[in-house]
Amino acid sequence: MKFLLKGARVVDPASGRDESADVLVEDGLVGDGSAAGASEIDCGGLVLAPGLVDLHTHLREPGREDKETVESGTRAAALGGFTAVSAMANTDPVADSLAVIQEVQLLAERAGACDVFPVAAITKALEGESLVEIGELAAGGVRMFSDDGHCVQQARVLRMALEYSKAFDAVIAEHAEEASLAEGSQMHEGYHSSVLGLAGNPAASEEIIVARDLMLAKLTGGRLHVCHLSSAGSVNLVRRAKAEGVSVTAEVTPHHLALVDEDLSGYDTNLKVNPPIRSVEDRDALQAGLADGTIDAVATDHAPHAVEDKEQEFDQAPPGTIGLETALAVILTDLVKPGLISLERALEALSVAPARILRAEDHGGPIEPGRPANLMAFDPDAEWLVEAPFASKSRNSAFLGRTLTGKVMHTILRGELIVHEGKLQA
Amino acid sequence: MIKHLLSVNQLSREDVTRILDTAESFREVGTRVIKKVPALRGRTVVNLFYENSTRTRISFELAAKRLSADVINFTASGSSVSKGESLKDTALTLEAMGADAIVIRHSSSGAAHTLARFISGSVLNAGDGTHEHPTQALLDLYTIREKLGRIEGLRTVIVGDVMHSRVARSLTFSLARMGAEVTLVGPPTLIPPDAPSWGAAVTYDLDEVLPKADVCYMLRVQRERQRRQYFPSVREYSRLFGLSRDRVAALPEHAMIMHPGPMNRGVEIASDVADLPQSVITEQVTNGIAVRMSLLYLMLGGAASGEAA
Repeated sequence: MKFLLKGARVVDPASGRDESADVLVEDGLVGDGSAAGASEIDCGGLVLAPGLVDLHTHLREPGREDKETVESGTRAAALGGFTAVSAMANTDPVADSLAVIQEVQLLAERAGACDVFPVAAITKALEGESLVEIGELAAGGVRMFSDDGHCVQQARVLRMALEYSKAFDAVIAEHAEEASLAEGSQMHEGYHSSVLGLAGNPAASEEIIVARDLMLAKLTGGRLHVCHLSSAGSVNLVRRAKAEGVSVTAEVTPHHLALVDEDLSGYDTNLKVNPPIRSVEDRDALQAGLADGTIDAVATDHAPHAVEDKEQEFDQAPPGTIGLETALAVILTDLVKPGLISLERALEALSVAPARILRAEDHGGPIEPGRPANLMAFDPDAEWLVEAPFASKSRNSAFLGRTLTGKVMHTILRGELIVHEGKLQA
Repeated sequence: MIKHLLSVNQLSREDVTRILDTAESFREVGTRVIKKVPALRGRTVVNLFYENSTRTRISFELAAKRLSADVINFTASGSSVSKGESLKDTALTLEAMGADAIVIRHSSSGAAHTLARFISGSVLNAGDGTHEHPTQALLDLYTIREKLGRIEGLRTVIVGDVMHSRVARSLTFSLARMGAEVTLVGPPTLIPPDAPSWGAAVTYDLDEVLPKADVCYMLRVQRERQRRQYFPSVREYSRLFGLSRDRVAALPEHAMIMHPGPMNRGVEIASDVADLPQSVITEQVTNGIAVRMSLLYLMLGGAASGEAA
């Protein structure tokens, strides 16, 4: 199979390239030979970039196949321009053994829609007590360990994880949340929670753990990754630690970058997420942190939930929003279009940086001859309405009803067109 | 008039005045031998109560019956809800049976909003979690206006567990809207830090504000708050924030003592204080029926089908 992506604006943050060019794809790789005999795909008006990489996806399989499967989730990812996702460990059973990791790997291979890097739990059954077999799991292909959904409450356990994982160059990803402060909370603690009568989650709940974990990363020299930063204080803590040379990376979700707590005034459970969407000041600090590189990556925290679970009373609905199919468009609409970050920085945060954190060498560019052809192309000006159905099995999107700018047209995984003209192939 | 009553913040000053004026005309119905008018004949009102309640449910039931509406009482225990039926399905079922209005009491904040998304009839919030209790606030405004002749410019003090009180929210928002001064008093752990943005002053010293208060409104404090460390002991709470005889003596003579019930006698209010003539707690209950009649009448378009009273 050989085809020419013709006339796109190639934006390749890994090489710093931004120019109009044709890109040849041949035998699964970016080619540099003759385009003779290649079919042409007209990419006029499109931006061609490395395939996106998501550090934080909940594929729900095994266990909650009614919400999402590896197949439906990776198809949703491809439709959103992703060529790799990192699948979180809080499945049922928990991904704390090689058996579960291998099952996810096998399912992903069969689905073939995008690469899946399964995350393993840090502690057995996410209980925060005893470490999983980090060495064996790392040898089985796990690059990231996370108890996401739960925070490792005992400092000593996290210290051991950070220290032990150094032998395997693994990254420890923390869902930062001090449990006793967050218990029972429904949204960000502030003026709006006080008016809505919803129990608040104070920013300090996250910041206490971020501060603690940064100290432990400094102590151990282990690789810490902080999941879904939500508060201005957390951004400041990470910024300071990076200046001191602590080995830390951080991610932020599109919904924390685009929404604020006031948006919850109608008790829309699709906006109930964990950590909660916080104040205008917090959102602004997250945007600034992404712009200046304090926050390395944008990650979706794609969290599918069944309609009947979300169509409940607010305090009974589970937290989470789906995000794979809207991530790029939200970043383009809410950050690039208003000039808060450049297009190049957006694509870096959505592909190069997460690929580096995951050590996913085949992803994130550069788009150079001989490299695996993991690419995506999008129309930066196309407007579309976010509405069901989605490729995801679920439809709990915090962005339902919003018109976004920027639509993924083609997604190419190792030279194969997974998405063509905005549609999943087969 | 509004279609749903979910929060007092939906109501303008004019709306509140109209509701209270209409209640005034219904108040007289309750004094008749035949306590009934035909205004809502043929309409169906469902009381959907997910939480136990005596006064609010009976008050709504009497209000609807005095307007000649058909009333269905639906409580969560012993119903399809205890079989796991969702709020949505319960709502759709009740609507399919022709409910014109659903009065909902629920332990989850926002439950009335959620219900309003599922049905086409009117929703009246009869207390949702720690969010609001709009009809309680309106009956309190009615009682204050009746006793003191006005609301604007009055100095009101609301004392206790503001954090977890739906009454405190509805009352603070609506008193502020009507031009009264509101001061919230309680331990800092039970007053949301953002309460000053509600349009209220905050103090932790009850004795400081009593001498100038026109209305002293005591909130119920649940003993379980002490177990969650909101205050060190019921004894200390009662000494710092309870309305004792001595504290009543510090109030101006004309000041009203109010409580939404049910009272914890001996905790937030001394037993003999609750029974003083300044205490209007039973009048609040009586006025509740007239105010709820007024709301049902205005919201269900009763004006089109008959005379008010």
